[in-house]
Amino acid sequence: MSSTVDRQWTTRLRKRVEGTLPPEKLLPDTQPAYVASWIYVFGVLTLVAMAEVIGTGVILAIFGPQWWHVSSLGHFINSLHLWGVEVFFFAMIVHLWGKFAMAAWRGGRSLTWVTGAVTFLASILTAFTGYLSQTNFDSQWISTQAKDGINSTGGGAIFNVLNFGQMLMWHIVLMPLVLVALVGFHVILVRIKGVVPPIVENPEVGQ
Amino acid sequence: MSKRYNPDVDVPEYKGRYAPYDILKEGTIALVVVLILVLGLAITFGSPDDKAITLQTWSKADPVDFATTAFNELNGTSAVAGYGPPYNTNGTSQHFGFISPAKWLGVHIPINTARDFVVTPLESQPASPTLSRALSQWTAATSATQTSWLSAYSNVSSKASFTGDQLVVPAAKDGPVPVMINTLTQMARSGALDQALETSKGFYTTDFTKPLLFLSDGTYFAGLAQKGHLLGTQWGMMNETDSYPGQAWLWLYTFWYQVSPFNTSTSADFLVWGLMMILTAVLVLVPFIPGVRSIPRRIKLYRLIWREHYRDL
Repeated sequence: MSSTVDRQWTTRLRKRVEGTLPPEKLLPDTQPAYVASWIYVFGVLTLVAMAEVIGTGVILAIFGPQWWHVSSLGHFINSLHLWGVEVFFFAMIVHLWGKFAMAAWRGGRSLTWVTGAVTFLASILTAFTGYLSQTNFDSQWISTQAKDGINSTGGGAIFNVLNFGQMLMWHIVLMPLVLVALVGFHVILVRIKGVVPPIVENPEVGQ
Repeated sequence: MSKRYNPDVDVPEYKGRYAPYDILKEGTIALVVVLILVLGLAITFGSPDDKAITLQTWSKADPVDFATTAFNELNGTSAVAGYGPPYNTNGTSQHFGFISPAKWLGVHIPINTARDFVVTPLESQPASPTLSRALSQWTAATSATQTSWLSAYSNVSSKASFTGDQLVVPAAKDGPVPVMINTLTQMARSGALDQALETSKGFYTTDFTKPLLFLSDGTYFAGLAQKGHLLGTQWGMMNETDSYPGQAWLWLYTFWYQVSPFNTSTSADFLVWGLMMILTAVLVLVPFIPGVRSIPRRIKLYRLIWREHYRDL
């Protein structure tokens, strides 16, 4: 009986998860003493800014893409959304270059770096489709300018920046799904591997 | 034999001290700080919202520019008319040597500016004897006759003016062209052209490709953008209207458009995109590129980040 249970997909998955990411790694209550710099704050700032952007985006989505042009409350929510995006990118870029300065890919953390860099690129595309979804002069101008770059790559054949409906769908459905999945995977990798230790030029000397 | 230690790739096992760390408390404080910051910025600065312009706005503000653009669409001399893929086959696709993905992928959003921007919208208008006669004359004419009319109109179009709510051009052997352009201008000023282009695929539509392409062919649209420092030569892609911070993270992409050889190349977009794709690949693959992955160790900024750790050693 127990061998049957042990061979179940569910049991094997649970044991794999428990082994790879035990609760003390997922929600640690201690960290190595070297985790003592303001630079570490920018990762969590990026996460909470993203939460703010998603929250305000959900409110804008409830009332539709034109609402913020005709409602002062809608315009205020849009302002929160815009400044959330600015804070998100500021925190993310400081986090990115901080991790570069720490060579944070060391010790088997290459995939953590790669997922972080890809998340940055996905964020750019998400913000870009947001700018195209504003339904105002800015989105008109950006779309007519951006078409040339994208068309030159052949991408315009399937990604038409002048098609508002397509851009809105990318902005509020596809890219948020991609971003949340990427960020979730990135954070899980950080928790599994832990925070990268300081650079040691010569391990025998210790620094 | 054990693998040789590489300080850009490996880490020795950490055997030092651990300190209490409340991850949930840190996250909560970060959330509160970000909410206060964003709230403050939103209350203080708000957000820009310059109203979208329409073909009606344009043709009322600058009817001669609209009429000139409409003629260029009919004549096949506008930027969109000679764009090439994905809109048509009239232009040369941007390329680098033999590499031209746009050409390889071909036309996916077919646009015939004379038909889509001028003739078809005019055909949707309520029948008037003058317009019906002009359209019949146009569609029945041979290509050579149409070309001769367009050429004749082209010779006098620079003297066009808009007086008494009518487009006035000097007389020429230009057949139905003046009637067509004048009627299209009147149609645009009434708002009917916006409707005709937006609903060309049916009642429900979210695709503004045609009106946006038409708008982008005129000088009025670019003039407004120039006032808002949004042109490509003004680092436009990363700017926002009304001096708000825009997509500042696109600074490197925008930078290349300001310098040679990109700012003079007819394939600037393709070259800049190609370069950015290479740089992006380098960013993503930093951990695997010898030399690049050594930069942090060379610039030694990490000594500042972990100064307490190194001091305590």
